[in-house]
Amino acid sequence: MILRLVMVLLTFVLATPLIVIVSNLVDPNGEVLSHLIDTVLAEYLTNSFIIMIGVGLGTVILGVSAAWLTSMCQFPGRSIFEWALLLPMAIPAYIIAYSYTGLLDFAGPIQTFLRDTFNLSYGDYYFPEIRSLGGAISMLTLVLFPYVYLLARAAFINQSICVLDVSRTLGYGPFRTFKTVALPLARPAIIAGASIAMMETLADYGTVEYFGIATFTTGILRTWYGLDSAVGASQLASILLIFVFSLVFLEQYSRRHARYHHTSQRHQAIDRIPLLGKAKVSAILFCSALVAFGFLIPAAQFLTWWISLGSEAISSDYLQLITHSVELALISALFILAVAVIFAYGKRLNKSAWMNPVMRISSLGYAMPGTVVAIGVLIPLTWFDNSLDSFMRETFDISTGLLLSGSLAGLLFAYLIRFLTLSLQTVDSGLERIKHSMEEAAKTMGYGHREILTKIHLPILRGSLLTAILMVFVDVLKELPATLVLRPFDFNTLAVKAFELASDERLMETAPYALTIVAVGIVPVIFLSRSITKTRDVKS
Amino acid sequence: MKSISRMLVASLIMSLSVSAANVFAADSLNVYSARKEALIKPILDDFTKETGIKVKLITGKDDALLTRIVKEGRNTPADILITTDAGRLHRAKEANVTATFSSPLLEKNIPAHYRDSDKQWVGLSLRARPIMYVKGRIDPKELSTYEALADPKWKKRICIRSSNNIYNQSLVASLIKHNGEEATQQWAKSLVSNLARKPQGGDRDQIKAAVAGLCDVAVANTYYLAGMLNADADSQAIAQQIAVFWPNQNDRGTHVNVSGAAIIKHSKNQANALKLIEYLSGDHAQQWYAEKNGEYPVRDNIKMSSTLAAWGNFKADTLSLSELGRLNKDAVMLMDRAGWR
Repeated sequence: MILRLVMVLLTFVLATPLIVIVSNLVDPNGEVLSHLIDTVLAEYLTNSFIIMIGVGLGTVILGVSAAWLTSMCQFPGRSIFEWALLLPMAIPAYIIAYSYTGLLDFAGPIQTFLRDTFNLSYGDYYFPEIRSLGGAISMLTLVLFPYVYLLARAAFINQSICVLDVSRTLGYGPFRTFKTVALPLARPAIIAGASIAMMETLADYGTVEYFGIATFTTGILRTWYGLDSAVGASQLASILLIFVFSLVFLEQYSRRHARYHHTSQRHQAIDRIPLLGKAKVSAILFCSALVAFGFLIPAAQFLTWWISLGSEAISSDYLQLITHSVELALISALFILAVAVIFAYGKRLNKSAWMNPVMRISSLGYAMPGTVVAIGVLIPLTWFDNSLDSFMRETFDISTGLLLSGSLAGLLFAYLIRFLTLSLQTVDSGLERIKHSMEEAAKTMGYGHREILTKIHLPILRGSLLTAILMVFVDVLKELPATLVLRPFDFNTLAVKAFELASDERLMETAPYALTIVAVGIVPVIFLSRSITKTRDVKS
Repeated sequence: MKSISRMLVASLIMSLSVSAANVFAADSLNVYSARKEALIKPILDDFTKETGIKVKLITGKDDALLTRIVKEGRNTPADILITTDAGRLHRAKEANVTATFSSPLLEKNIPAHYRDSDKQWVGLSLRARPIMYVKGRIDPKELSTYEALADPKWKKRICIRSSNNIYNQSLVASLIKHNGEEATQQWAKSLVSNLARKPQGGDRDQIKAAVAGLCDVAVANTYYLAGMLNADADSQAIAQQIAVFWPNQNDRGTHVNVSGAAIIKHSKNQANALKLIEYLSGDHAQQWYAEKNGEYPVRDNIKMSSTLAAWGNFKADTLSLSELGRLNKDAVMLMDRAGWR
């Protein structure tokens, strides 16, 4: 009962910013919207849709292949790739876009070299344009595939070997086992990963804006800033919300009857398939390419820039930037995890029909551009602060001022709206794999809900919980727009610093900060990868 | 699990207590700035050294900061809003969050057309947006006005960034004011067909593309070129091949925008806020803008940095900058219709 009350309350709090955004949908003055429909809306829709589908397909193909290879096959370097494939996750999408544009642009070193060597000029030769839809899809796929990889791999590793063995005794080869058994069983995890990647894509601003591609996100900010129409902007944002909601709903509906929990908790050590000959070489090449393009090349580019800048490149508040960033990311990750556990667990206990859609709605913030979320958070927070202040002034003649807005609490709230779904999907897909009979058994032994949660579910879920913490940690570390709008005075983070330099078009000078974001992000990535592998080894 | 929840509670309390404490201290000022930290903090530090008044800073995008001020209402901690565009100062005024301020010193330091007629804001540095060309490849005699860039002879030869950029928006707003909406619509359409490539990247990218041979002329703000001239060797080598052409010198002058400041109506430190704005209009700050970021001072009698001096003097458009704010929306819609993305 208490749990249900807490959930209702939380849902309400979570939904407020989204309601604030959607409340503008019906606007008596439709001038801006009709202008948008007449001119650019179709382009926003098509571009966003193409990029989203492209990134969805790309991350699934790359992520699932990499996950299958590193968890089920044996080839030289496998144990390194296991964690190295997560590294691209630490690179913000706009940062990778800057570094590849620096390399592949018309004025960049590669094309200049080609022109100088073969004595060519503009228009004489074909070279893929990096600032294009394809370029944006590639950039986003390169940094987002680790989400699919991470979740798919955890799913593969935790799959009971029995089902795989059954498949083999039925005479299925490795590929067919993968296709007909492992893949469908891992579907919730893969879908979760892909929808994370696609929502992150819809929310991306930095990459598409730098590439000059008009999408929903750039359109929202252009409408707000350029047309000075907050209403028009939130109408666009509402359309985006409805769009995302339909996708989420369709996905849920398509697997409404499926259950994914494992019939056995017995896990033997995975008997990895040794790869030989061409298969071995291809596996190594494939994984190396992912690590190289998603991490090594951009990191090397930034390292070169940093070295050429020398030691003066680091500002005096460098250490403070790191502390701020890490503290903020850690606190947010833990806070959001706590909320996610309440939701996921509540959903499992309460089979009431309204729970699922409500939970989904409250996680839509992930597809919203950070700035929109920030404004959605700012409005209710300042309203609360100012109402409280007025009340206190009138009754006690004391001014309480702004309590929540302009404090870190405001930031935490925004991150919660934005990143809850990361935590929630991870915890939820972890919970789905635990049989209901387990808690039924626990109940017969006299355990209450709390004991079931702390003594049974949480220990089994350890891997998923860590994954959830890591993903939010890294995302908060990279987060920019909401941090920028809502942060307190004199509170800088690494991402803010890197962005300020980049938006001043001083790309080289961003190098130390971009690289530090990556470095700070790597530590938990490696730590996490180990612990996921361990969840399996312990049981073997 | 217990330890996690304990950490959580502790950190929540911590984050709350950091919040509003001390933002209203008497001898300090709170600045919301759309200028990046690196382009405002050093001069604020100088101000603190000179006056003893401490300055706290939040940087961000103009409109986001303005929204924050509006929503914070009478409890806003903001004393001053600094923007990088006159249009946003105009918006702040329209949003009814600015205070009326003026002083003999400001009136002496800042020409009237860089000040709001109702004394709600002042411009503090100029951002000029001339035409740039590759030395040797283009004869500057070919160039004359912004309007002339619509001439078919420039087909596939012009680089300019996306119309999302505020400086393109205010340039088009100024054209609407001078030439009327219809003529400007025609102009924008022709300009789009003269572009060498789909608008993309920032101003520096347009300069680089011109030098690399993708286009012959670029439209960009001068401080980006100045930034390249003072950056790494590669950027310097590129920037040195570029010359600045000041358009419309025989009529209204080259388009300029300002970075400026307003005092917030609910500020409890308006006297100190005025002191800071006066300081920013003073010799030291004006020179610093030019040295540090290649912006032009709002006053004539400031010694220019060598980079700026090399480009020569120019006549700037004296159009009232509030007009840019008023026409910004029309400009964006016009560019939407012209297919300028």
